[in-house]
Amino acid sequence: MRILDMVGNTPLIELANMAKAFPGVTVLGKAEFANPSGSVKDRAAKAMLLDGIEKGLLTKGKTVADATSGNTGIAYAMIGAALGYRVSLYMPANTSMERKRMIRYLGAEIVETSPLESSDGAFRAVREALAREPGRYFYPDQYNNPANPGAHYETTGREIWEQTGRSVTHFAASMGTSGTFTGAARRLKEENPNVRAIAVQPDSPFHGIEGTKHMASTIRPGILDESLQDDVVYVTTEEAYETTRRLALQEGIFAGISSGANVAAALKIAGAAPAGSVIVTILCDSGARYLSDRFWDPPQTEGIFDWNI
Amino acid sequence: MAKILIPTALRAFTDGKSEAEAEGKTVGEVIAAFAAAYPDIARHLYDEEGRLRSYVNVFVGDENIRGFGGLDAPVKDGETVTLVPAIAGGGAGRA
Ligand SMILES: Cc1ncc(COP(=O)(O)O)c(C=O)c1O
Repeated sequence: MRILDMVGNTPLIELANMAKAFPGVTVLGKAEFANPSGSVKDRAAKAMLLDGIEKGLLTKGKTVADATSGNTGIAYAMIGAALGYRVSLYMPANTSMERKRMIRYLGAEIVETSPLESSDGAFRAVREALAREPGRYFYPDQYNNPANPGAHYETTGREIWEQTGRSVTHFAASMGTSGTFTGAARRLKEENPNVRAIAVQPDSPFHGIEGTKHMASTIRPGILDESLQDDVVYVTTEEAYETTRRLALQEGIFAGISSGANVAAALKIAGAAPAGSVIVTILCDSGARYLSDRFWDPPQTEGIFDWNI
Repeated sequence: MAKILIPTALRAFTDGKSEAEAEGKTVGEVIAAFAAAYPDIARHLYDEEGRLRSYVNVFVGDENIRGFGGLDAPVKDGETVTLVPAIAGGGAGRA
């Protein structure tokens, strides 16, 4: 067995305690933190790099370069180390310490870009580097590479279909590149056109749901397919934080903030869904990736400003 | 007068401007004056109770104010106040 063989086939966990208020409705979380580098992005990274190798674009001596806020970078770094490719990642300087360290310990290089520009700055910087030395890099371009949603069509969507015994009725997921949502929703709707696909979105362009993108205010990923979206559920950062804490305390699932956003959305959907509904969402990564974040401590209710450290 | 550097995620509310000037003796006053000048921005910076949202990191120069008195940290004339979401995915963020 190789580390790459451990990608995918993640468990589907029933969130029975949190869904108790909705009798007859099942809420399930796909445990993507169980992937070898710890996030859902292993699936897309593996598919894009293997696709590049197969097409002869990623050859020995080339460096894998892409823009990422962290999880894709960790996945590239893991695969690069296993397969023997150098990896160079363009990331906003405000990416969390846990991510940057893990990437460095896996042997990849980080180029920091302006935190004000978020990942748009990282995206521009990687393209500039490519323009300067086009022959040096393999650029997966996760926002525009069909192999990204392709991985979720072939694996995530199929697994959900099989693990629910073909009974899934709703699928909800937040979107960074939109690869997870697009690929899995496409597969599930192909299996059963009645499956409802619900996109989860931060309520504000200025938000704290790491790894997710406020689509209305940012550059649209080329792989995004809005025709798959039956509905959009908006989640505030505070709701995502609160639900992330509840996942830990009520289910024993120590997951990250976008998982909290996804589960918050799934519970909203559960509140309006008929008995018999089977709602599946994604637990994108582990809470260990956010240990330095302050949100684990519930907000202070006293004082004018919340500057608990 | 302090200078505020505006993240791309908030520029939709500042007519695309990446910088603004705001009056105030403390970080809290400077941000409040900025929010008052661009009213659509307030709900993105403050929660219902009027607290600065917990994921907004504020820097004066290069220093995160959390270690320097929080919103009561003094701001001198001409200093730069930077607002950054606690994470990289914020606003114009990509995964
Ligand atoms: C923590 C986290 N959640 C969700 C996502 C969204 O995944 P996708 O890019 O497939 O839309 C990402 C993507 O980087 C992520 O890092």
